[in-house]
Amino acid sequence: MADFDVIVIGGGPGGYVAAIRCAQLGLKTACIDDRVDEEGKSSLGGVCLNVGCIPSKALLDTSHHYHRAQHEFAGHGIRIKGLDIDIATMMARKKKVVKTLTDGIAMLFVKHKITWFKGQGELVGENRVRVSPHNDNKGNDNESHEYQTNYIIIATGSSPVMPDAIPEDEKIVDSTGALAFESVPKRLAVIGGGVIGLELGSVWTRLGAKTSIIVRGTQFLKNVDQQIAKVIQQDLEKQGMNILLGAKLVSVKPGKKNVTLLYATDDGEKKLVVDNVLVATGRTPNTENIGADIVGLTRDAHGFIEVDAECRSNLPNVFAIGDVVRGPMLAHKASEEGVAVAERIAGQQPAVNYAVIPSVVYIWPELAWVGLTTEQLQSAGTRFKSGVFPFAASGRAHASGDTRGMVKILSDADTDQILGVHIYGPNASELISEAVVAMEYSASAEDLARIVHAHPTLSEAVHEAALAVDGRALHV
Amino acid sequence: MLIDVKVPALSESITDGTLLNWHKKPGEFVQRDENLVDLETDKVVLEIVAPKEGVLQEINKGDGELVASEEIIATINDEGKPGQRAEEQTAIAKKIITTEKIPEVLLSPAAKKLVAENNIDPARVSGTGRDNRVTKADIIHYLETRGGGKKHEKVADDIIDENVAVDSVKAPIMNIPAGARPEKRVPMSRLRARVAERLKDAQNTAAILTTFNEVNMQPVMTLREKYKDAFEKQHGTRLGFMSFFAKAVTEALKQFPVINASIDGQDIVYHGYFDIGIAIGSPRGLVVPILRDVDQLSFADIEKGIRDFGQRAQDGKLLLDELTGGTFSITNGGTFGSMLSTPILNPPQSAILGMHNIQQRAIVEEGEIVARPMMYLALSYDHRIVDGSDAVLFLVAIKNTLEDPARLLLEI
Repeated sequence: MADFDVIVIGGGPGGYVAAIRCAQLGLKTACIDDRVDEEGKSSLGGVCLNVGCIPSKALLDTSHHYHRAQHEFAGHGIRIKGLDIDIATMMARKKKVVKTLTDGIAMLFVKHKITWFKGQGELVGENRVRVSPHNDNKGNDNESHEYQTNYIIIATGSSPVMPDAIPEDEKIVDSTGALAFESVPKRLAVIGGGVIGLELGSVWTRLGAKTSIIVRGTQFLKNVDQQIAKVIQQDLEKQGMNILLGAKLVSVKPGKKNVTLLYATDDGEKKLVVDNVLVATGRTPNTENIGADIVGLTRDAHGFIEVDAECRSNLPNVFAIGDVVRGPMLAHKASEEGVAVAERIAGQQPAVNYAVIPSVVYIWPELAWVGLTTEQLQSAGTRFKSGVFPFAASGRAHASGDTRGMVKILSDADTDQILGVHIYGPNASELISEAVVAMEYSASAEDLARIVHAHPTLSEAVHEAALAVDGRALHV
Repeated sequence: MLIDVKVPALSESITDGTLLNWHKKPGEFVQRDENLVDLETDKVVLEIVAPKEGVLQEINKGDGELVASEEIIATINDEGKPGQRAEEQTAIAKKIITTEKIPEVLLSPAAKKLVAENNIDPARVSGTGRDNRVTKADIIHYLETRGGGKKHEKVADDIIDENVAVDSVKAPIMNIPAGARPEKRVPMSRLRARVAERLKDAQNTAAILTTFNEVNMQPVMTLREKYKDAFEKQHGTRLGFMSFFAKAVTEALKQFPVINASIDGQDIVYHGYFDIGIAIGSPRGLVVPILRDVDQLSFADIEKGIRDFGQRAQDGKLLLDELTGGTFSITNGGTFGSMLSTPILNPPQSAILGMHNIQQRAIVEEGEIVARPMMYLALSYDHRIVDGSDAVLFLVAIKNTLEDPARLLLEI
């Protein structure tokens, strides 16, 4: 007889959500997670809560407040003398935020009677999982146990890639390290121009670091609508980031007090000396130690577990979700897959709409988008209409002093169905939800244009962009 | 006032037709008796004319759509005037144009899930959202008002056991006041009388004996779960259990030809073809349409065939020759929750397979007690020509095939 209906391996935003949903559906559920925090205590929530989304947002908010106090408050007539940033307090606050939330998940596990195994999980059969518990130094039973289960959900997430060419040195860090600098680096190099590099680069730039972003390609934010990407590039440079496009890293040499980077451009080889280096070149799925080969679980050349649209692996009772499978490496995508898989196990028929998953980049102003970009539509040969509305024409944006950015809506030329919404502006991360809901309901741009939006709000810019698709924006 | 434009009452033998081409557009002014659209029936092409003068407000059925006798295909607004400005008339018609432009039925995420789970054709649900979008509330309302219709939608699964009185399935619960002892005498319908006669006939003539076995449905369920979406996408029909049973039966019949044979006088007739009757409950009673040459049919053919039979059984549109002949029958009391039954033969056939409900039962596998989705199988056979050993082995063959469906592929 099976010990559990479902065993989830991994307690990140995919795994813990899947476990909760399974429990809600009356399934006897266990979740295995091997993460421990700095004090060596087990901590649920995966990368997202411990060393990803949540702590980076805590630091982004702190640094944003500091930056505002420094550069914008005077314009409001708020005078501050002796403005200072205490990194230790900032980090303590970050830690507290993380602890509150990860403890919250542990409470949810208790509430839903989910068995939490603290340790490494590994498949030893199509319906069998081995748990190797952490050594907790309390003399508890550390022997591994095997459990029989009807279904297995693999949600082991991903880790930052550290290219072999980059030497080991305490001044060279990955995203986890860049969340825990003890002081503001005077000069910071970020290798990689993706979301993580720009967000963490923003934190330290705002706090005073002279930051260089080394981007191998010649196009900045190549998956973002290029009209917006160009504006972002200008804005970030204005904020003090030095964005080096088409820069191919030649060498990274750590010295005693600093790191020397050599990179090649069209104008020849160049040298950059910095105090710290953040390597943010990508992430790789954690599928090495889950027993994939023992049970014959199929993975692709990059280590991703091969699954169908319903997250089923080649083994009938084994599902995989989140960063270990195809699709964007996003917490919310993992969570939705977790819910859908749980419901599928319970016999329901949910579906995740992969075409409508929002993406957010927490620079300031924020960038958020859903659906297709102008470039994607052009290369697909789709006939479309476009409507753009700048925040510089929004009353609310003026009142708060955040007038950079725009909303851009793309809709089908024949049916007017919304194909993509791109928001670069204050609180874009929240504003995008309206577009996601609209697209899930197959709304037309006119639908958005005919919905009443409260005044004065930033959401009026979305409304106006929808009107602009039909060439009838009111305030431009 | 809005006037309906209806399909005229067609003759007894013709019940539907196809709209060929609309001569008028929504928003256009039409004279009384002006030809609106041509209707093609099995025998003639008819004109459907405007019942009154006015502006053609809305067209419900477009070119190429199948329409029934008396069905409303359009509405005319008799307050519309000739020469009314084109824009105004277009405005009237705009709603329809918008609807036409939307390529498929637009569903919200929750509605999409309900549609998938209840196997509903969303085109049959009238949407109340913007641009006639089908909302979650619309689906819930549809499911509620459909009532018994839940079964109607799944007619193909309503393949019932001959021993289950068909009437008892559909009959409403009677509210009888306490103490009353009412009686009501109703003449048997022709179909009911014929069913009664044939069943009794079978019992009087054949030496009916029933053998049982049980089958672990997990392999079939796993296979079905794995491929059902791909199957539906590829073939446009759901992958049910019936195709597995029909195929397993056919393979077993090949091994035991006597079960596919029948008695004719003093002779035994061995049939070199596999025509399998599928018992279906219909509003008028039990019917057993025949799937012909099942050995040559694909899974998709079988599923489509059964679905089509189910649909037409509901509508009373099965043809006589679809209901005659047959060399073997399958009946499924499981959809109504039957655990076990002894089906009665369908003469002159020599055997009938009874399917039952699938239930998690404790069984022993490799010395361990495990829960498995089990189904009891019953094979009633005519002992006059079928020996007990053949009957038992035949049923074992079906069990073995279903527990290892790969055998179907390899025909072993």
